[in-house]
Amino acid sequence: MKLEYLDLYEIKGPLVILEGIEGASYEELVEITLESGERRTGRVIKMDEDICVVQVFEGTSDISLKNARTWFSGNVLRLPLSGEILGRIFDGKGSPTDGLGAIYPDSRKDINGLPINPVSRKYPRNFIQTGISSIDGLSTLIRGQKLPIFSGSGLPHNELAVQIVRQARITDEDNSKFAIVFAAIGVKSDVADYFTRSFKESGVLEKVVMFQNLADDPVVERITTPRCALTAAEYLAFEKGMHVLVIMTDMTSYSEGLREISSSLEEIPSRKGFPGYLYSDLASMYERAGIIEGKEGSITQIPILTMPNDDITHPVPDLTAYITEGQLVLDRELAQKGVHPPVSILMSLSRLMKDSIGEGFTREDHPDIANQLFASYAKVQEVRALASVIGEDELSEIDRRYMDFGKAFEDRFIKQLHDENRDMNKTLELGWTLVSGLPREELDRIKPEILDKYYDEKGSGGF
Amino acid sequence: MSKDTGKGYISGISGPVVFAKGNQRLGMLEMVYVGHNRLVGEVISIDNDKAVIQVYESTTGLKINEPVESTGNPLSVNLGPGIIGEVFDGIQRPLHELVKKSGTLIEKGIFAPAPDNTKKWNVNILVKPGDDIHPGSIIAETEETASLMHKVMVPPGIRGKVTKVSTDGEYTIEDEIIEIDTGKGLEKISMLQKWPVKRGRPFAQRIPAYMPLVTGQRVIDMMFPLAKGGTAAIPGGFGTGKTMTQHQLAKWSDADIVVYIGCGERGNEIADVLESFPKLKDPRSGRSLMDRTVLIANTSNMPVAAREASIYTGITIAEYYRDMGYHVALMADSTSRWAEALREISGRLEEMPAEEGYPAYLPSRLSQFYERAGYVRNLNGTTGSISIIGAVSPQSNDFSEPVTQNTKRFTRCFWALDKSLAYSRHYPAINWTESYSEYINELSEWYEEKTDRHFREKRTRLLAILQEESRLMEIVKLIGKDVLPDSQKLTLEVAKVIRVGFLQQNAFHENDTFVPIEKQYRMLNIMLYLSERTDDLVKKGIPVSVIVESGLFNKISQMKYTIPNDDLSGIDDLKSEIDEFYNRITLKYSNTGGRNQT
Repeated sequence: MKLEYLDLYEIKGPLVILEGIEGASYEELVEITLESGERRTGRVIKMDEDICVVQVFEGTSDISLKNARTWFSGNVLRLPLSGEILGRIFDGKGSPTDGLGAIYPDSRKDINGLPINPVSRKYPRNFIQTGISSIDGLSTLIRGQKLPIFSGSGLPHNELAVQIVRQARITDEDNSKFAIVFAAIGVKSDVADYFTRSFKESGVLEKVVMFQNLADDPVVERITTPRCALTAAEYLAFEKGMHVLVIMTDMTSYSEGLREISSSLEEIPSRKGFPGYLYSDLASMYERAGIIEGKEGSITQIPILTMPNDDITHPVPDLTAYITEGQLVLDRELAQKGVHPPVSILMSLSRLMKDSIGEGFTREDHPDIANQLFASYAKVQEVRALASVIGEDELSEIDRRYMDFGKAFEDRFIKQLHDENRDMNKTLELGWTLVSGLPREELDRIKPEILDKYYDEKGSGGF
Repeated sequence: MSKDTGKGYISGISGPVVFAKGNQRLGMLEMVYVGHNRLVGEVISIDNDKAVIQVYESTTGLKINEPVESTGNPLSVNLGPGIIGEVFDGIQRPLHELVKKSGTLIEKGIFAPAPDNTKKWNVNILVKPGDDIHPGSIIAETEETASLMHKVMVPPGIRGKVTKVSTDGEYTIEDEIIEIDTGKGLEKISMLQKWPVKRGRPFAQRIPAYMPLVTGQRVIDMMFPLAKGGTAAIPGGFGTGKTMTQHQLAKWSDADIVVYIGCGERGNEIADVLESFPKLKDPRSGRSLMDRTVLIANTSNMPVAAREASIYTGITIAEYYRDMGYHVALMADSTSRWAEALREISGRLEEMPAEEGYPAYLPSRLSQFYERAGYVRNLNGTTGSISIIGAVSPQSNDFSEPVTQNTKRFTRCFWALDKSLAYSRHYPAINWTESYSEYINELSEWYEEKTDRHFREKRTRLLAILQEESRLMEIVKLIGKDVLPDSQKLTLEVAKVIRVGFLQQNAFHENDTFVPIEKQYRMLNIMLYLSERTDDLVKKGIPVSVIVESGLFNKISQMKYTIPNDDLSGIDDLKSEIDEFYNRITLKYSNTGGRNQT
C-alpha cells in the first residue's frame, strides 16, 4: 500500500520539493494529482533526509503548495513495449498521442537502460550504402555506428537525414528487418511533419516509431524523449532482431533542456552554463548504439544537432564529437554555392570506416582513393587561400589545376540531386575520374600498385 | 580482513554521490557497500557524522535509510597471476566474467572475483626453508601467459625467515605457498596480494632514464622520443587521432606489459582492441599481443565514479608488474574524461570550483598520477619502469584549457595533435613545430650507440628543414610559390618528401605500421642525402623543375612502402640512384654551360 502525500514544500521552475517523505527511491516515478483532477508525472532527482526533489514532466504551472497530492509509484519510468509500437506516435514519456489507444506490452523497460558490457560488443563492420557520394566515399556510415549531423539553422540537415533514410541499403540483407525510430526533441511541429510526410512518401511509415516532444511541449520531457526512443530501439534491435536506424533531432534542444533543469537545481555550471555532467549524460544515450555479440539486430544512430552560430567549438557539438564515431558537418558556404548535400568534406569523418572499407568490404582501392581525395581537396583549400591574396591569374599551372579540380569535385562529387542514388562503384569511379585530372606525381596517398591499376594516364578529369 | 563492519544508513542521494549517517567509524577513502544491492562506493569526504560516498554503480532505485556497510579497507585491487589478457572495469571487475553472470548488459550490484581464484597455476617455488625474505623478494614463478613469466613477490611490509614451503605444483592464487616466521608469529603467503589503488607501491630508488620506449613510429622515435619511465601527453581535438595513436603505441611499443585504460571513451573502441589485438603479433616475442596486454575499460556510459577509479586501478596494476622487473607502458585514454569525472563529483559536493568548473585539486591529482611513472630499482633489486602516455581531449580543441595546461606541466613529452594535419589525413597528426621531447639529451647516448654518432646532428637538420618550410609557407601563403628563388623552392620539395615519406605513417600498411629503428634512421639519412645532393645541383644553377621531374622525390617518398622492414638493401639502391642522377645532370649541364640553361 503506497501513501499519498498532501501539500508541497516548494515549487521552483519545473521542480517541486516535498518534505517528510519516507521510502522514496532515487529516480522513482511519481504522480501528482491536482484539485482539478489533472494528473502529472514526475521523477525524483535528488533526495536529502526526508526532502525529495521531483522533476515534473508536464511543467509546474497551476500547481500550488496546497492543491496537489503526490503518489510515489515505487518504480522508475518504464516504457511499455511490444511489436505493435511500429507505426505509432508517442509523446516524450512514451504515452501514445495518435489516438490509437494504449500498447499491450509484452515487456516494460527502464528508459535509462543499462550499459552494454564492452566485451559483449561486436565491432561494427557492415557498411550502409546511403547512395550519397560524400558519405559513402569519404565518411562511410557503418551499421552500429553513431554518426551525428552537425548543422546550422537554415541548412538542409533534415533533407539529408530523409535522403539517408530513403536510400540506405545494407548490401547483404533484405530490408524487411529494417526499422526507424525517430525522436523529435524540441523541434517545431512543421519539422516533425516534414519527417512524417517523408516517411509516408517513401513507404516506410509502418516501420517507424515516433517520439515527439515539440518546441512548445514541456522541457522536462526533452530529457526523456531520446531515452524512450532508444529504449524502443533496443527492444526492436535486441529482442526482435531488427536493424534500427535512430534519428534524434535536435540534440542542442536536448542539452538546453538539461541546462535549464540543472540551473533550477542550482548546480555548479561548467562551460556556457551547461552542467559538468553533460558529457556523461550525452554518452549515456549515444553509447546505446551498437551491435551485441550473439544478438541479431543493430542500432545505428544519426543524431542531428544545430550548432549555435555555426560554432563547432560550442559544448554540445564538441562533446558530441568526442563521444560519437565521427561527424558529418554541413557547410554554409557550400550550401550557398548551391551544392547539395553541403557536406564539409574536410571536417567530416567516420571513425569506423577504416576497418570496414577496402578489400572484402567495398573495393580494394577505396581507402587510398578516399585518402587522396581528402588530401587533394585539402590542398585545394590552400590554393584558394593563396588565390584570394594574389589573384587566380598569378597562380602556377599546377595550382590552377587544383582550383579546377576543387570546383569539379564540389560540382560533380559532393553535389547530387535529392533523389539521386549512386552506388558505391559509381562513387569510387567518380573519384578516380576526378583525380585522374591531376598529374600522377601529385597523388602521394595512393599505393603504387593501386595507382597502376586505376589511374587513367590520359584522363583529364573532365575539367 | 574486515575489522569493523559497522553499519550506517543512506541520508541523501544526488546522482553518483550518496550521503551516509550513523557510522562515525567510516574512514576517508574507505570502501563501502551501499544499499541492499551492495553497490561499491568510496568515502570521499567526512563532515561530522555525515560521510560523503561516491558510488561506482548507478544509484537509480536507492532509498533513504538503506544500509551503508563498512569494509574497513580502502579501495584496493587484487594482484596476482591472471591479470594479463583480461578486461576489467574501473574497479577491477572482470568484464568477461560479468557477461557470464548478468548477460550482455551490466546489471547493478554484480560482482565477480578478480583475478580468477579457481584457476590453477603451475608454480615453481624459488625459496627454501631458512631463507631470509624481504618485501618484494621473489619467492616463486609461474608462466602467466606464453610471453610472460609472473614473479610472485612478498607483499610490501612483510619480512622474516621462511619456515615452510610447498612443493612445486598447481596452486590457485589463494592457496598458501610458503610460510614465514616474521618474528612476531607465523604468516602464510599466497600468490594473491591486495594493494590500495590510491597509494603508489614502494620501490628502492629512482634511476635516471636512458632508454627510449621504442614505438616503431618515426615521428616519435626519431623526433620526439619518450624514455622508458617517462611521461608523455597526447592532446588533440576530436578526430585528430588520439585513440589511433594510442592503439599504435599499445601495439608496437617495446614494453613487456601494456596497460591500456579506456577511460570514459567509446565502447566500440574496446571492441576494436579486443578484436584486433589477439590477431596481432608482438614484434619481439612473436606471440599474440593480448599475452602482454591488460585492458581497463570504463566506457563513457559506465558510472562516472568508476571512471575516476579506472586510472588508479590501471597504474596500480602497472606498478605491480614493474616490481617484477618489467617495463610497463601505460596508456590512459583519455585523462580529460578522468578530470571531468573529478569535476562532476566535485560539483555534486558543491565544492568551490577553480578554473572552468574543475576542482582546485585538479593539478595535484594529475601530478600524483604522472609521478607514479618512472624508471626504478625495485625492492628486490630488479629494475623496471612505467611509462605513462596520457591522451588529453581539450574542450573546443583549445590547448589553453586547464587539463591540457596542467598535464603539460607534469609530462616531459608533448605530442600535439593537429586538426589541420588530420583534416588532410596526415597521420599520425603530430605537429612537429608544437611538439617536443625533453628526453632527447638523456637518450642521445642510446641513440648514438644504435645508429651512429651523427644522430643528434641529423635530427636537428631534419627539424631545421621543416622549420624553414613552415617559415617559407608563410611567405607562399601571401605571394605564391613562383616568386621564391630555386634554393627555397627546393627546400619546399625536400620538406614535402620528409612530410609525406617520413612523418606520415600508414597504420594499415604492413611495412609501415611498425618500422624498426634501423630503417627509420636510414630513411632519415637518405632524405638528408637527397637534400644535400639536390642542394648542390641547385647551387650549380640547375633548375628545380628539372630535379623534380626526375621522379626521384616521389620514389623516395614511397620508400616506406617499397622497402620491406626485413630487407633494407633497397636503400643502397636508392642512394646509388641519387648519385647516378647527380652525375648525369651535372655532366649534362656542365657540357651545355650550366647556369644559362632554363
